[in-house]
Amino acid sequence: MKKYIFILLLLISFTGTAQDKIDITAEDYQNSTVQMADGMRSEGKIYVLVTIIGIVLGGILVYVIQTDRRISGLEKKFND
Amino acid sequence: MKTYWWKILAIVLLAYTIIAGLLIDVPRLPILNETIRALFFHVTMWFGMLLMLIVAVYYGILHLRSGDLVHDDMSVEFTNTAILFGVVGISTGMIWAKFTWGDYWTNDPKLNASAIGLLMYFAYLVLRNSLTDVYQRARISAVYSIFAFAAFIPLIFILPRLTDSLHPGNGGNPGFNAYDMDSNLRTVFYPAIIGWTLLGTWISTIRVRYRRLERKLEDKLINQ
Repeated sequence: MKKYIFILLLLISFTGTAQDKIDITAEDYQNSTVQMADGMRSEGKIYVLVTIIGIVLGGILVYVIQTDRRISGLEKKFND
Repeated sequence: MKTYWWKILAIVLLAYTIIAGLLIDVPRLPILNETIRALFFHVTMWFGMLLMLIVAVYYGILHLRSGDLVHDDMSVEFTNTAILFGVVGISTGMIWAKFTWGDYWTNDPKLNASAIGLLMYFAYLVLRNSLTDVYQRARISAVYSIFAFAAFIPLIFILPRLTDSLHPGNGGNPGFNAYDMDSNLRTVFYPAIIGWTLLGTWISTIRVRYRRLERKLEDKLINQ
C-alpha cells in the first residue's frame, strides 16, 4: 500500500517540474525590441497618468477619512 | 481615532505604489510589455484578500471561544472587504488576461479555482443573511469561514501548482525564488501588499465601528 502511495506521489512530483522558468536578467531592462510605453514617457504623458490615478486614489482616501471622522463623531456623541 | 499612524502609513504606501509602480524601470518582456506593472495592482489584491481572510478566521475562532458578538463583527467585516478585494482581483485579472493571454477567461486551473473560491465566499454572505438569530448567525458563519478558508488555500495555492497554469510560478513549487520577479519589482510589490492590506483593514474597521454603534443604539432603544 505504502509503495503505491509513494509511486503516486512520485508521479505527481514529475508533472510538477514540467514548466521551465526563465530568469529575469539585466538585459531585459535594455531590451529595446520589446515595445514599451517609451513614447508616452518621452513626451512626459506618463505623469498625466500618474496624476489621474493619484486623483482616483486621493478621492477614495478622502472619502474613507471622512467616513472615519463621521463614525468617530457619532461614537463620541453616543458615549456622552 | 486612538491610533492612526497605520492609516498614514497606508496613505504613504499607496501613494508610493502608484507613483513608483508606474514610473520605475521594469523588465522589458515580450507580450507582457507595460502590463507587468499590473503586478502591483492585480496580484496585491489577492495577497490583501488572503491576509484579511486570515484575520477573519482568527476572529471567527475567537468568537467560537468567547461567544462574544464583538469578534463576529470583526470576522464578518474583514470577510466583506476580502470579498471586495477578490472581486476587484478577478476583474483586473480578466482584463490583464485579455491582453496577454488573449481571452478574458481561459480555462486556467488558477482562474477556475479562484472563481470557485469566490463563490464559496458569496455563499457565506447568503448563509449569513438566511439566519435571523444573531448568535446562531455568528456561530455558524464563524464555522463556515474556517472551513471556507481551509478550502480556499488549496484551491488557489496548491491545486494550480500541481498542474500547468498560465500564471507564473505554477506547475512546480516556486515560493518566492529568483524567477518571475526580480528585486526591482519587489521594491514596489511588498510595500504595495502592505498598503492595500492596510486600506482594506481601514475600511473593515470603519464598518466594524458602524456595526457596534448600531448595536449599542438598538440596545439603548430596547432598554428604554
